[in-house]
Amino acid sequence: MTILVLADHRDGMLAGTVSRVVTAAQEIGGAIDILVAGRDCGAIAAAAAEIAGVNRVLCADDPRYEHGPAERIADLLVSLAPGYDVLMAPAGSAGKAIMPRAAAMLDVMQVSEIVAVRGPDRFDRRIYAGNAILTVEAQDARKVLTVRASAFVDAGRGPAAPVQALAPLDGPALSSFVSLEASHSDRPDLTTARVVVSGGRALRSKAGFAELILPLADKLGAAVGASRAAVDAGFVGNDVQVGQTGRIVAPDLYIACGISGAIQHLAGMKDSRVIVAINNDAQAPIMQLADFALVADIFEALPELTRKL
Amino acid sequence: MSLKIIVPVKRVIEASVRIRLRSDGGGPDMANAKMAMNPFDEIALEEAVRLREQGLADDVLAVSIGPQAAQETLRTALALGADRALLVETGAAIEPLAIARILAAIIAEEGAQLVLMGKLSIDEDNNQTGPMLAGFLGWGQAGCASGIVVSHNTARVTCETDGGLETLDVPLPAVITADLRLNEPRYPSLPNIMKARKKPLETRALDAFGIDTAPRLKRIEVREPPERQAGLVVETVDDLIARLRDADLIPAGSAAQ
Repeated sequence: MTILVLADHRDGMLAGTVSRVVTAAQEIGGAIDILVAGRDCGAIAAAAAEIAGVNRVLCADDPRYEHGPAERIADLLVSLAPGYDVLMAPAGSAGKAIMPRAAAMLDVMQVSEIVAVRGPDRFDRRIYAGNAILTVEAQDARKVLTVRASAFVDAGRGPAAPVQALAPLDGPALSSFVSLEASHSDRPDLTTARVVVSGGRALRSKAGFAELILPLADKLGAAVGASRAAVDAGFVGNDVQVGQTGRIVAPDLYIACGISGAIQHLAGMKDSRVIVAINNDAQAPIMQLADFALVADIFEALPELTRKL
Repeated sequence: MSLKIIVPVKRVIEASVRIRLRSDGGGPDMANAKMAMNPFDEIALEEAVRLREQGLADDVLAVSIGPQAAQETLRTALALGADRALLVETGAAIEPLAIARILAAIIAEEGAQLVLMGKLSIDEDNNQTGPMLAGFLGWGQAGCASGIVVSHNTARVTCETDGGLETLDVPLPAVITADLRLNEPRYPSLPNIMKARKKPLETRALDAFGIDTAPRLKRIEVREPPERQAGLVVETVDDLIARLRDADLIPAGSAAQ
């Protein structure tokens, strides 16, 4: 079996999800190559080469691949597909855009966002907002998979694999990048963080979110998450929404503050190892799910918690 | 500029319903389950209707591929402002790859310039039909849209990504998938529900398309996820800190006061 993993990267850094996808690839079994496509992405390719168990890194370094245009990168994957039995990527926004396009071009039915490998052709995935587990057997000769990174451990680091430059493909530019309104943060990445502090509508305002959630996250070295309600209300950016349609996380510790726990939110975090919920409503759904539920006013409990840690 | 827009809509179990799984491993119990239009499709449809109201489009066709009961979903689409509806009728569960292929065939017949669709359906959570369709058509794509501005045969789309809000220019024709914050869909008014009854709703048999829709994924089993153990109610912040330290989840720093 030969496997090609499409690397996700941002701000010149390899995404932490990639080495988790490598773990999933190892469970499938076979020689694992990584494809890095971007502009000035040599350092990213070098980082990918140090993931344990990687056979080779293919690096398509060209202005055409800057900002990861889905159409061009799908074309690149399709051109490489004849050499591989399995194409896979983290189920982040890039993977979700690129992989299905490549799958269609290859006449393959993608298996989306797998959470377990049961055999070379057999995978588990969550459906109905995480409320059911579906096991499927992929019958296409070639497989296209996206992987829920939070369901797999990091592959660790190993001796550097060779990096091979790849010539860019010609072809029409379709979508083109205009701008990115990025939320710059020194905090750990939400998807792979060990601790996540998440805030909901009960924080009442952007200022409330900033004054209560951020100091606690800083104290714990945690990533910051939010419920859909908090994002819709403008307390915080869309990129930290945890839930069925946002980011899926499974940290060691998830602290939900003023979040009631709609099923769509629970879908994004209920595989966390330990869940703490702080809410003034003892009956809120998240309080039923939490390992430790503290019935309290977040405006009092959170400053106290932050101070005492 | 006058666009022809196609909006695929799927009939799914309503978002607020807690599903019950059948004991035979075949999936959720659909009997008596409350059904509705996939919420992301509703948002896509709303955007299409708004583009028509702005004079940028002159035809919005809602398409559903599914059972006869999906006519109800299409009537809702017509009440929400679609001009026409097409049901591709089948009793079988069709995978996204085949759905995308059927949609591509309809688009070839209709000559549409824009497909607006939900980024995912809340039943199977596949998140793939839109980009698959764009791949089949060779069109540009933009996913998870939270803003769309159409002018001069280009759509400027703000996409919700892991890295923040990314804005792309996509030349038309294109496939754009809708995210939650694109708009707030309207409710169908009674007069529009009445009007919808008179709007054209065509039904075609899936077989008429001559497309191979045999499943590529063999469904082995659908089962419940592991239940979480009932947790503990802690009384105070100090108690919480003590528990988290005991479990080595937070460093044993200064003692709780």
